[in-house]
Amino acid sequence: MRTNPLDFMNLHEYQSKSILKKYGVAVPEGILAQTVGEAVKAAEIIQNMTGSDKWVIKAQIHAGGRGKAGGVKVVNNLNELRAQAGRIIGMQLITPQTPPEGKKVRKVLVEQNIYYPGPSEPMEFYLSVLLNRLKGHTILMYSPRGGMDIEKVAEETPDYIFTEEIDPKVGIRPFQCRKVAFNLGLSGETFKNMIKFVNAIYQAYDGSDASLVEINPVFKTSDNKILAADAKLVIDNNALFRHPDIAAMRDFDEEDPAEVEASRDDLNYVRMNGNVGCMVNGAGLAMATMDIIKLSGGEPANFLDVGGSASAKRVEQGFRIILKDPNVKAILVNIFGGIVRCDRVAQGVVDAYNNIGEIKVPIIVRLQGTNAEAGKKIIDESGLRVHSAITLREAADLVTKVMS
Amino acid sequence: MSILVDKNSRVIVQGFTGSEGTFHTGQMIEYGTNIVGGVTPGKGGQVHLERPIFNTVADAVKKTGANVSIIFVPPPFAADAIMEAADSGIQLVVCITEGIPVRDMISVKEYVISRNVRLLGPNCPGVITPPNTKVGIMPGFIHKPGTIGVVSRSGTLAYEAIDQISKSGLGQSTGMGIGGDPILGTTAKEAIELFMEDPGTEGMVLIGEIGGGMEAEAAYWIREHGTKPVVCFIAGATAPKGRTMGHAGAIIGGKSDTAEAKKAILRECGVHVVDSPADIGTTMLDVLKKMKKR
Repeated sequence: MRTNPLDFMNLHEYQSKSILKKYGVAVPEGILAQTVGEAVKAAEIIQNMTGSDKWVIKAQIHAGGRGKAGGVKVVNNLNELRAQAGRIIGMQLITPQTPPEGKKVRKVLVEQNIYYPGPSEPMEFYLSVLLNRLKGHTILMYSPRGGMDIEKVAEETPDYIFTEEIDPKVGIRPFQCRKVAFNLGLSGETFKNMIKFVNAIYQAYDGSDASLVEINPVFKTSDNKILAADAKLVIDNNALFRHPDIAAMRDFDEEDPAEVEASRDDLNYVRMNGNVGCMVNGAGLAMATMDIIKLSGGEPANFLDVGGSASAKRVEQGFRIILKDPNVKAILVNIFGGIVRCDRVAQGVVDAYNNIGEIKVPIIVRLQGTNAEAGKKIIDESGLRVHSAITLREAADLVTKVMS
Repeated sequence: MSILVDKNSRVIVQGFTGSEGTFHTGQMIEYGTNIVGGVTPGKGGQVHLERPIFNTVADAVKKTGANVSIIFVPPPFAADAIMEAADSGIQLVVCITEGIPVRDMISVKEYVISRNVRLLGPNCPGVITPPNTKVGIMPGFIHKPGTIGVVSRSGTLAYEAIDQISKSGLGQSTGMGIGGDPILGTTAKEAIELFMEDPGTEGMVLIGEIGGGMEAEAAYWIREHGTKPVVCFIAGATAPKGRTMGHAGAIIGGKSDTAEAKKAILRECGVHVVDSPADIGTTMLDVLKKMKKR
């Protein structure tokens, strides 16, 4: 029944802004570029629209913290733009949210510089729409402290965080949008623009089946416009069937190649940095198995849920994916056979092992449930370098043994 | 004694004639569940697995007196199926379907509350009262009648806990999976409440995981109202931040959302937290023995 093992779909900033724009959210003028030449052309078009020759270049990767890492630059003329575009496109951008080796920048968003002079001072706010899981409905979260790490704001100055609950029966109400604008201390034209902005943001969240819309900062320009200066949208993957346009925005370049391959086989795989791989049926048991590995002296190398069937083919696909990771020193297979019989799974493990050829790391197979004893017997008599276990504690002890 | 389902439950199956519905209905009948019929729109009047098919849940309720429904309908149509059951006089709706959009579940939650109907799930293995009533997809044979109530967000991890409890000699009053999604019909706190009120339940096992505030909510309730011991395991101590681990609901958000933070709150509230999932059964046994000595 699963269409894609990633439960939430991440989008680039430029994609998020294109979705927001459809719902009437004001965003800075911007154009995507993949080469320096395209960046120059984009800048010239934006100059024609805004009359300004100052721009911002923003690296488009699926990770936050781009600015501090050098992935966002203000440029004041075409020469600077050429130089910065040349530097950013193709760079390995390392931020606190990327893997240690960083992420390769394949495209940049060229935008107008919204810090232009005008009759009033620019201001920055924070606004997000998300799910309150305990209550089962949507909330707005907002703060006059924009452009900062919102978790830090919540911790240090909780009085500056406001929330507004949305009644699912009626959606967002005008009084709620007014409340946001008042609590942000706005008046006049800016007040009116903020009301429109908040309503449009909520409509975008609701209409695109988002799990999160986060605008940080919400930007008030010197001429009192309200813009989404940055935008993060996360879409509920389970709802993509009704948004084929958004589903088409998935960027495989931003995902771990092993995870993409696993998802093609309908395996739910998340790569981690440890040394003991694992293959489990069921997400909860898979997490528990990772925890057992850690308690037994190893570090989990991955999360891998092979689903209910755990057939020989899926076990083989699972082994192949885990074995691609050179850090893996041992593999723990943990299958609770409910509907699926352990003797079949055991035969699947043996067949997969033989099909792959020589596997250099020790394998521990823990089979519990229907025909567990028969399964253990098949493993024990296979003559392969595979340890078998029935209880979880036996499996844990075997992990400790092979890792020491 | 038990909660939610027992041999008097009259169960219908929505999504009766599909492959999942057919397979698991066969398994439920074999276990002894009183399956009184099924619903597949357009196939009303036919017979499947020796049970009548109805076009609507309302028809099924009228003709069979059904009070429980189990749903195997595909995700785009599952929200509608839950609402149909809730509108037709069903008292307990068990939704097995995985992958229902969150936005649909927001409306569903409102709807079932307004009609005073209990929903279990979605994305859950269901509920079982051994030895003869299974409304779900769990393997029946690992269960044993007994006095422990089991509440779990995950399927196979629940089977693991149940197997350990059966082998420890304790057995279950009722076992239930509440589901792995962000919005659930029945929360951990509500499930624990039901077990606390059940005279046939001596102790509880709560299997939680990273993501959301449900276990903390249960813990605070237990601190105020708990009268029986609760053993708890929280999966995902080693899960990386910001990644969903299989279940849509299993994702570490803020600092208070980690397995360690949840465990600390549960311990503070008097819950017996185990760090290893291998210790669930033995810990439950120890806790009950110590209580009886006193």
